[in-house]
Amino acid sequence: MSERLSLTDAVSRFVRPGDQVALEGFTHLIPFAAGHEIIRQQIRDLTLIRMTPDLIYDQMIGAGCARKLIFSWGGNPGVGSLHRLREAVERGWPAPLEIEEHSHSAMAHAYAAGAAGMPCAFFRGYRGSDLPRVNPNIRFVSCPFTGEPLAAVPALRPDVSIVHAQKADEAGNVLVEGIIGVQKEAVLAAARNIVTVEEIVERLTPGTNATVLPSWVVQAVVVAPGGARPSYAHGYYVRDNASYVAWDAISRDRDRFLRWLDEHVHGTSVSR
Amino acid sequence: MTYTESEMMTVAAARALANEDICFVGIGLPSAACNLARLTHAPRLTLIYESGTIETRPTVLPLSIGDGELGETALTTVSVPEMFQYWLQGGRISVGFLGGAQVDRYGNLNSTVIGEYATPTVRLPGSGGATEIATSCQRIYIVMRHDSRAFVERLAFVTSLGHGVTGRERRKMGIGTAGPTLIVTDLCMMRPHEDTCEFQVVTMHPGVTRDQIRERTEWAVQFADRVGETPAPTSSELQALRDLYARTAAAHGAGTKVRQTGDRA
Repeated sequence: MSERLSLTDAVSRFVRPGDQVALEGFTHLIPFAAGHEIIRQQIRDLTLIRMTPDLIYDQMIGAGCARKLIFSWGGNPGVGSLHRLREAVERGWPAPLEIEEHSHSAMAHAYAAGAAGMPCAFFRGYRGSDLPRVNPNIRFVSCPFTGEPLAAVPALRPDVSIVHAQKADEAGNVLVEGIIGVQKEAVLAAARNIVTVEEIVERLTPGTNATVLPSWVVQAVVVAPGGARPSYAHGYYVRDNASYVAWDAISRDRDRFLRWLDEHVHGTSVSR
Repeated sequence: MTYTESEMMTVAAARALANEDICFVGIGLPSAACNLARLTHAPRLTLIYESGTIETRPTVLPLSIGDGELGETALTTVSVPEMFQYWLQGGRISVGFLGGAQVDRYGNLNSTVIGEYATPTVRLPGSGGATEIATSCQRIYIVMRHDSRAFVERLAFVTSLGHGVTGRERRKMGIGTAGPTLIVTDLCMMRPHEDTCEFQVVTMHPGVTRDQIRERTEWAVQFADRVGETPAPTSSELQALRDLYARTAAAHGAGTKVRQTGDRA
């Protein structure tokens, strides 16, 4: 059964220094509030896993939380580069960042394998790409039935996954709607998980095929209204595209980024 | 009606799409071209975005690959693993649109790094869906601005396979899909030579000279035996494109400009 916790308590209980942490949400429902709480608690040496690192990992990398990044597309969607990620990779600031780089297809298959309790994922991928040359976690096997060469990657099994959803009910069941990305797989693949939600309702009324996480696979439910901003929550608020555009100038400059961090993360309380 | 090089490129790319195509759409120029095609000559064109939206019909261009507009106007939305497993890997996509920081004469693409991988001079966004889009879609259209730093002799890194380093790698690897069959730039249209698979210029946009194309291509670019002229954008194509950009700017708010190029960092 999931427990209802404050964001501060959920992060301090479930996220530990050195953990492999996945904050997922494919453009939609990105758990920014939880990422900012990890920054405020100064949890370090994390291996951050995410298909599209987005602004949230740019902020966490710039704030010094990360030792390693496992990812498949590291940009500011529709805008340009992630400058904090680039400075960590290109110049080792604020700390050197080890990277393990995949394609989207590989990450999606690896999360699904993790959710299924499998050690690895097989798929028709990476053919003719240089990525296997720079990532020893990309290997090839032959199909035992047809002999076809297939790519293999280890399953993703994060120590803790964090996702944001629209709502949970009093019993701690969670409903996710709209573009659902890899949230379900990320939650099921992880040893521990935290789900932040816009609101608690007495009862969920999901359609027959809705994406529901039963309370017995969720560890912590945290009420965090607006917790996905500046990304969006279908049915609650739209994507703040202007913030994504503005991030380009904020993140380009180290000092301006640090001032932003003081004002918008360290300087805010977490009384959500 | 006068028009820009960028508008010519978008219109030329849009014209390559047909009603029966099932198209995997990237953000930026591909998204503009695909939606322009849908709003003009190919209203039944099926658009799929990698965030999981199937048969999406946005009225404005999304800034990201997973904007709410895409889900709200889609026939259905599936999870990202399902998108890559059943729909892309399952061979259900006819056209994939790709771009990158660099392309070579065989349509191989780099969107990963400039310089050495471990110590890059420029760290680019990386593959995203591109690596498997390049081999799973029945054919690939490449849309890129023509520039000698982008149209290079040798890629710093192969993110996505075109026709390989010799033009023959797809067959050697047993890859059954066609790979890149078209490159659209702001100067010209290129198609692979039927024997060598080396891309050569097949049409030049109005007013463009061979010397301009040579100057902006690092490799010794070849021209087809007969090079035609790309028809200029019609006033109705330009109007539809400009209306689409105007609706997009109004929807995303002041200061938000949807990039018209690919993933150039």
